[in-house]
Amino acid sequence: MPETYITRSSAIAARMLAGEMMVMNSMDSTFFTLNEVATAIWQAADGLTPLREIVRNQVCEQFDIDPAQAQTDAEQFVSELSQHGILLVSDQPLQDPHAPEER
Amino acid sequence: MSLLNEMSQKAFDMGVPISVHLDVTYRCNERCVHCYLDHEDHGEMTTTEIKNVLDQLAEAGVFFLTFSGGEVFLRRDFFEILEYARGLLFNVKIKTNAVMIHEAEAQRIRALGVDTIQISVYSHRPEVHDAITKLPGSFVRTIKAIRFMRDQGLKVTIANVLMTWNLHDSDGVQKLAAELGVHYTLDPTITPKMDGDTSILSFRIAGEELPEVFRNPALVPNMEEFCAPPKPVTSDDLEGYSCSAGHSFCYISPYGDVFPCVQFPLPTGNIREQKFMDIWNHSPELKEVRSIKAKDLTTCSSCSHVSSCTRCPGLAYMEGSMRGPSSADCEKSYYRTGIPTANMLRKSSQAPVASLVQIRPLAALA
Repeated sequence: MPETYITRSSAIAARMLAGEMMVMNSMDSTFFTLNEVATAIWQAADGLTPLREIVRNQVCEQFDIDPAQAQTDAEQFVSELSQHGILLVSDQPLQDPHAPEER
Repeated sequence: MSLLNEMSQKAFDMGVPISVHLDVTYRCNERCVHCYLDHEDHGEMTTTEIKNVLDQLAEAGVFFLTFSGGEVFLRRDFFEILEYARGLLFNVKIKTNAVMIHEAEAQRIRALGVDTIQISVYSHRPEVHDAITKLPGSFVRTIKAIRFMRDQGLKVTIANVLMTWNLHDSDGVQKLAAELGVHYTLDPTITPKMDGDTSILSFRIAGEELPEVFRNPALVPNMEEFCAPPKPVTSDDLEGYSCSAGHSFCYISPYGDVFPCVQFPLPTGNIREQKFMDIWNHSPELKEVRSIKAKDLTTCSSCSHVSSCTRCPGLAYMEGSMRGPSSADCEKSYYRTGIPTANMLRKSSQAPVASLVQIRPLAALA
C-alpha cells in the first residue's frame, strides 16, 4: 500500500485558542477548529512523515486510540481538509511551506 | 452563531487578543482631506522591531492581523514584514490606497496568502476621488491596481468613506465595485485627528443627510430591521460591552504605542519599553476599558438605544469620557430609527431658552 504524505497549504492561517487549533484558508475563507487529536496530526504534517507514522506516533501513543480506528479517522480528516485546500496530500514526500512552527 | 463568531466570542470572554491592527507607518503618498494622521515620521519601528512585535503577537494568540498606515507600501521592507507575518501563520488583511501596486506586487501578495486587501475609493468620479486624496491620477492608479489584484484571485474590498465631498457618490462607487467584481463597504465615520484636533469633523456628513444612507436599499439590504425602533432594554444588555476594543482587539502604532483601538487614542503602553503581554495583561488603562459595562455608562445606560447603538468608546473618549456618549453614534441611532437618544434629550433639556422679549442696546442694532 502506498504511503500518504501531508503538508499544510501556504494559504492558511492557524492559531491555537483554548486548546483548539483555528485554521482558516485565505483562498475561500473556510474556517475550521481542530480538536486535540486533529491538531496533533496537523502539527506533524511536515510533508516528510508518512500519515501512518504520524497516526502511530502522535495519535495512538498520545491518545490511547485503537490503531485501525485512528488510521481510518485520520484518513477521513485528511481527505476533508484536502478538499478545502488546507492540507496538501501526495504519495511522495512534500516540502513543508512553513518554516516556523505555528504557536 | 457561526464557528468564527463562536471563536471570537471565546477570545473576548478569555481576554485573548485575537485581532490586532498594526500601522507600520504614518507616512503616506496621499493627503486625504479627512485623514486623522500626522504623516511625518517620528521614529517608526525598524524591520527587526516589527518582526519582534509579530513574534510576540503570535505568542499572545493573535490570529487576525491588519497591516495599515499611512501607506504600507511606502515601507521598502513591507514585503519582508508581510512574508514574516505569513510565516507566523497570521490571517493577514492589508489596508492600502494601492497606488503602488502593479502586477508583480499583486502576484506576490497572492503568493503570500494574504486574506483580504481593503482599498479606499472615495468616488466613481476621478476628479472627486483625486480632489479628496490630493494626489492627481490616484483614481486611475488605484482602479488599475484593483484589477491586478482581482485578476490574481485576491479578495478585494473597496472601502467608501462618506463625507461632505462625496455624499452622493456611494451608489456610483457601489456600481463600480460590482463592475470590478470586488466587495464594497461603506463608512460614514470621520474621526478627530489623533492629537485631538477636531477641525476635520467639518467633513462629516450632517445628521439630516444620514437617512439617505440608512434608507438606501442598495446600501442597507436589511433596511427594515436596521431602521427598526430599539427593542426593550434587558438586564443582559446592561451587562454587555460596547465593542471588542481592549478585550480581544487592540491597535499598535508605528512607534510601538499600544491603544485599545485605532479610534481610541488612550495610551496603554509602548512595546519598545515593555513586552506586549505585559501591556495587555497589566495596563491599568486597558483594565479600566475592560471594566466598563453598559450599565456603567453615564448617559447611555438610561438610553433606549443601549442594546443596538454602535456607540464607539474611542469617540466617546475623544469627546471627553470613555464612559460618556459618542455624539456621532447618537446621531446615527436617531437618524436610523427616528427615536431620540438619551444624550440628545439631555442636551435639549439643557439648552438655554431664549427670552420672548429681546432687548438690545441701540448701538448693537446699527
